[in-house]
Amino acid sequence: MRADTLAQLNAERAARRAAILVTDVADGHQRLVREADIAADPLSETLTAHLVSGKSGLAAAEGRQLFLTVQVPPVRLVVIGAVHISQALAPMAAGLDLAVTVIDPRTAFATPDRFPGVPLVAEWPEAALAGPVPALDRYCAVAALTHDPKIDDPALIAALRAGCFYVGALGSRKTHASRVARLGAAGFTPDDSARIHAPIGLDIGAVSPAEIALSILAQIVATLRRERIRAVP
Amino acid sequence: MQARPRDPATMISTETDILAAAEGWRRDGRRVALATVIETWGSAPRPVGSHLVIDQEGNFLGSVSGGCVEGAVITEALDVIEAGQPRVIEFGVADETAWQVGLSCGGRIRIFLERID
Repeated sequence: MRADTLAQLNAERAARRAAILVTDVADGHQRLVREADIAADPLSETLTAHLVSGKSGLAAAEGRQLFLTVQVPPVRLVVIGAVHISQALAPMAAGLDLAVTVIDPRTAFATPDRFPGVPLVAEWPEAALAGPVPALDRYCAVAALTHDPKIDDPALIAALRAGCFYVGALGSRKTHASRVARLGAAGFTPDDSARIHAPIGLDIGAVSPAEIALSILAQIVATLRRERIRAVP
Repeated sequence: MQARPRDPATMISTETDILAAAEGWRRDGRRVALATVIETWGSAPRPVGSHLVIDQEGNFLGSVSGGCVEGAVITEALDVIEAGQPRVIEFGVADETAWQVGLSCGGRIRIFLERID
């Protein structure tokens, strides 16, 4: 591998952008395909499948055996609200290799006792996302769970602007209709608002906080594995 | 084969950290080879895409087999660092060499070895 190819691969990772290194196993010839260039690539179908699965592996093209080194940024889950559902959600998300951060300005909720070992930021979402929490990007999922528009709305707005692959918000259809109206007043189109999963979670009839957490995580995984690629700009 | 003193780089574990280390080693003027697991059969100990980075003194970082065949991979890597041509090597219980170096788990792995130029 050329040292500059290796440096480019590492730079893409540092910038939290996906990339695939294509190696011809027979002769070692290599090229790096950035996520933004995959659609126009002759191997786009194969590369897309590997990007979505996140798995490296062999592929065949024009009688050549290729190895695809797939590099996908680690997925982050930002939870708004240090609530009961979040307490169930955080450990389950860690088991799915999601890097979880919980944000809640209400210090009575955001206590280490309630969230042992979970990165917790007791700030308003705007303040949290402007500093202590790394900026949102396309490899982030955002779940707004406070039921309080003062806390949830700014986070949802930040998530929509950053193009997060998953945006979900707790609340009934009626609550969501009011939310869409507020977002409309803030300049977001109906298409923008349609990117918010609300009511949040797959419909599995979840009742308990842990069941709701499960439905949210199932929806995040489904979006990540099936739909994310459609959101590529 | 003398290991260098432990430094923070020896504590890292993810495949991508290993690629960062490979870049750093090369930039430091070390001659470097990269091994990548490209195919596995059966109960291979490390998944496809796992990396091992090796320098010309036999220092290494990462893992392609959880320790079973690293020694043999490093020997091949030193050859690749000299010769420059990438190669594919295979290990498994079906090989003649398996009696010396093989995967006790019964799996087989194919490894792509290349020099960082």
